[in-house]
Amino acid sequence: MGLAKLNSLYREVILDHSDHPHHKCHLDDVSKEIELKNPTCGDVINLEIELTDDDVIKNIGFTGEGCTISQSSASMMTDAVMGKSKDEALKMAKTFSDMVIGKQHPQADLDELEDAAILSSIMSFPARIKCATLAWWALQRALLNQTGTGEG
Amino acid sequence: MDTKINNHLADFPILNQEVNGERLVYLDNAATAQKPLAVTESLNHFYQTDNANVHRGVHTLAERATEAYEEARDKVQHFINAAEPAEVIFTKGTTDGLNLIASTYGEQNIIAGDEIVISITEHHSNLIPWQQLAIRKHATLKYIGLTEDGELDLVDAAKQITNHTKIVSVAHASNVMGTINPIAELAQLAHAHGAIMVADGAQAVPHVAVDVQALDVDFYAFSGHKMMGPTGIGALYGKRELLERIKPYQFGGEMIDFVHQQDSTWTQLPWKFEAGTQNIAGAIGLGAAVDYLTDIGMNQVAAHEQSIVDYLLPKLVADEDLEVYGPHDPAKHTGVIAFNLKGVHPHDVATALDMEGVAVRAGHHCAQPLMAYLNLVATARASFYLYNTQEDADALLAALAETKEFFNHGTGEVK
Repeated sequence: MGLAKLNSLYREVILDHSDHPHHKCHLDDVSKEIELKNPTCGDVINLEIELTDDDVIKNIGFTGEGCTISQSSASMMTDAVMGKSKDEALKMAKTFSDMVIGKQHPQADLDELEDAAILSSIMSFPARIKCATLAWWALQRALLNQTGTGEG
Repeated sequence: MDTKINNHLADFPILNQEVNGERLVYLDNAATAQKPLAVTESLNHFYQTDNANVHRGVHTLAERATEAYEEARDKVQHFINAAEPAEVIFTKGTTDGLNLIASTYGEQNIIAGDEIVISITEHHSNLIPWQQLAIRKHATLKYIGLTEDGELDLVDAAKQITNHTKIVSVAHASNVMGTINPIAELAQLAHAHGAIMVADGAQAVPHVAVDVQALDVDFYAFSGHKMMGPTGIGALYGKRELLERIKPYQFGGEMIDFVHQQDSTWTQLPWKFEAGTQNIAGAIGLGAAVDYLTDIGMNQVAAHEQSIVDYLLPKLVADEDLEVYGPHDPAKHTGVIAFNLKGVHPHDVATALDMEGVAVRAGHHCAQPLMAYLNLVATARASFYLYNTQEDADALLAALAETKEFFNHGTGEVK
């Protein structure tokens, strides 16, 4: 069974998140919003964030279409950053982007990512790294007030 | 299966390898084709024995290089049945050829209020040059739609092409729908309204016999790399009368006649459109690819691919878990087969198939307006060529069955 190799990528927790994504919804109160596309495949994520007055993520939701990896990554990202400050969330986005290309980070940083840390397995599937990073890129760009056009 | 063609498998050493522990089954030929030894050896031979710049030197190597380069042009001329070699301009590829027409004929002839008509299935390379030209000139870009089974709608074409239409540009074969478009009929329609007919032959020239005079196209662009030639080389056919009339848009060495301080005159066809040192080795490699295909025979190539489609397409269509795009009648379908596995994103499908050694494309296939028209985000696409076999089709079917099992029912630790 050649596809046994796929188990290293499509772990149960990843399939759970893609089948039943968390926070896949629109928000009533939106402080930051962004639509980001992965131009190589057409995947789209729309991210909405509600911030408190002192820049803490009070609520976050995403909509859009994409593959198992991009959907589960978005779901795991929203879990991980809920309740975090803007600066903490940006640091997590950096940790995630580094992790998927094999850069080392202290275990404490990876633990912060919660379920999302499991996507380090994407390293073995270079063509799919962009699928995993799309949601984190959207988070970073939205928090930094960057536009959604261009590279995803 | 045709033994003559299967004998050719040995000409493609790249296919004799394993990827991810499985036999490589290369089904991404619509993106680029593999190269036979005859092509790679022609490149080596040129660089190791004849390399020199063309049309310039008087020394022996320059003579040989020029002869080989122009001989390649003659081969391409005969391959597509152009009336004379001067009607064949070497380009970087289809995209370059289509941009050349938009930037010369288009730039010099389109005015505000004119119409340019393309089809909804166009690859971005036969869409954006016209779209941007229309924006620059305040012209209108119109689209021919599809029939219910995914073929170009000739009834709609007759509505879209009017007396305001100056250019009609349509792919000869679709890179998504697996259809051959009725270029001769479209050319007739275009000409009846005083428009010129341009065809994008990127997906046709490698797979079927093309006769530009029978099609009566005014321009015809295609790429070398999809027909087993090197990357970075292609050809643009144009009728002499039109090529004579349009002004070049790239200037420099090779394309001039006389250069004065304040003005210049242009050399004759086809060199008027070949400014600067061209991809000489690429052209010679393309000539070798033409020889290779001619030796087998394009009718033989087409028949072989059709035999695989006849075998595979009905099996894919019969599978209720698959959505197959384009006509479901194998007689109307080329070896380009776009599909989706219901409930599984095509990227996930392509990764799973890759683990089984089967290389397919997943994505929007550089045809975003078509994807939107079909209400799709992306599809998977398997595309066949003359070195593919029924065994390759079976490998795709088996890998799809495993992929389905993996994502829908689960193996290993997956639920």
